Amino acid sequence: MILVFVDADELSAQAVGFARGLGDVRAVTFEGAYQPLAWAKALAAQEAEAIVAAGSDRGNELLAHVAALLDVPFAANVTAVDGDTVTRVRWGGSLLEEARLHGEPRILTVAPHTHPAADIGDVETLPAPDDGSPKVIASVEESSGGVSLRDAKVVVSGGRGVGSAEGFAIIEELAGLLGGAVGCSRVVTSAGWRPHADQVGQTGTKISADLYIACGISGATQHIAGAKGAKKILAINTDPEAPILASADYAVIGDLHEVVPAISAELKRVRG
Amino acid sequence: MVLAADAQALETRHLGFTISPHEECAVEEAVRIGGEVVVLTLGPAEAEEQLRDCMAIGADRGILLRTDGEEWDAQSTAAAIAEAIRDEGGFDLVLFGNESADAAGYQVGIRVAHVLGLPVVTGLKRIEVLDGTVRCERDVGGARDVYEAPLPAVLTVLEGLNLPRYPSVPGRLRAKSKPLAVVEPVRPAQGLEKLRLAVPEGQGKRAEILEDAAQVVDVLRRLGVA
Repeated sequence: MILVFVDADELSAQAVGFARGLGDVRAVTFEGAYQPLAWAKALAAQEAEAIVAAGSDRGNELLAHVAALLDVPFAANVTAVDGDTVTRVRWGGSLLEEARLHGEPRILTVAPHTHPAADIGDVETLPAPDDGSPKVIASVEESSGGVSLRDAKVVVSGGRGVGSAEGFAIIEELAGLLGGAVGCSRVVTSAGWRPHADQVGQTGTKISADLYIACGISGATQHIAGAKGAKKILAINTDPEAPILASADYAVIGDLHEVVPAISAELKRVRG
Repeated sequence: MVLAADAQALETRHLGFTISPHEECAVEEAVRIGGEVVVLTLGPAEAEEQLRDCMAIGADRGILLRTDGEEWDAQSTAAAIAEAIRDEGGFDLVLFGNESADAAGYQVGIRVAHVLGLPVVTGLKRIEVLDGTVRCERDVGGARDVYEAPLPAVLTVLEGLNLPRYPSVPGRLRAKSKPLAVVEPVRPAQGLEKLRLAVPEGQGKRAEILEDAAQVVDVLRRLGVA
């Protein structure tokens, strides 16, 4: 039997789909304030051949606790299982590792967006008594005025090529016209031009937009790790050899300081 | 990305090494919190350079758990780190990056907390040390979850917690003479035994070149986003 921890999210539905390929699935969840260690103790107490969860913040955290409690290995962000061998994602998806997962039960999380979602079916709620370990004691709503980067349908993003904090005015204008969010690369946050909350990448936000417009971004693998969830990518870059072009569906070879305002102007013109 | 001939590691002859972004923020935070700051890593002899970088921005001393260059899985890495920390004793906070940029096992900090019997909170973007406790916050998509833990505690952090400073020239000079202890732990059998690395099937696309703003707007309309 494969024990799967599920949340009410798309990634959990994908994890269930993946786990059905391993054996009979028993889907479980918890109620009340999130308390990682207490929940992990309840998971670790179940009989199972394998314990599986989504490769989400919560899934990875819970199963790391379970593996520590049982003193067995834990493979995070797995894309495939073949006998005792797993394939897992490293470097934000730029590299795959094949590894032998020793120990019982097998503990693994499923890499996001590598398997189709399944109908989760029946979900059992496990009891998890408060054990005094750290838990969520309050939740503060973010007072965000605009569209969130993670859920935006369009993200218009700027990189080193934008040149300054003020240079983002044209990026903001285009994002506004498209009802989208403004993003940026790590160079931009390190320079202090934009807050870290705007950063797209492996250590920033992983987006899931219909369209990502990357302006003056060369396209380091760490950046692509956050952008590749977009269905389509449009790159605007002066360099036809920029690595971002290998990930882009469309490209404009030109200076973003001219191209971006021209797109905004054309949008306004066609809308009358 | 280019793999070495045995597919056990990346070809790094032409690359530089650096601290992972999350860990860089952990070191910056420790220096800002104040008190004695000790930096620790498990890695080959060359990793001394990264420890010196941390000392250049204000860490007081370093501990290198020196390996022969072979990778250690998360479970054995955590065991070696926990042992080194236990030998030290007398700490208030143990900070980790939430996950490393390369191996991304998402577990070393949590495992160390279990071995040491300490509370742990992960994925943090805000930390406030109070009298005997620490209050911390994690982003959870549109909201921030608040946790509190008694000290000593293990915390794992994310980039965005702070903006790490660059080392100054005097800082680099001072770092050269700060104490560095070297320990050589024994690599146990690997529970997650790496067999080989592979570069995923080429996502190398051929981008369609658009000539002007009118063509771009046509595409935006076709995609239903204009």
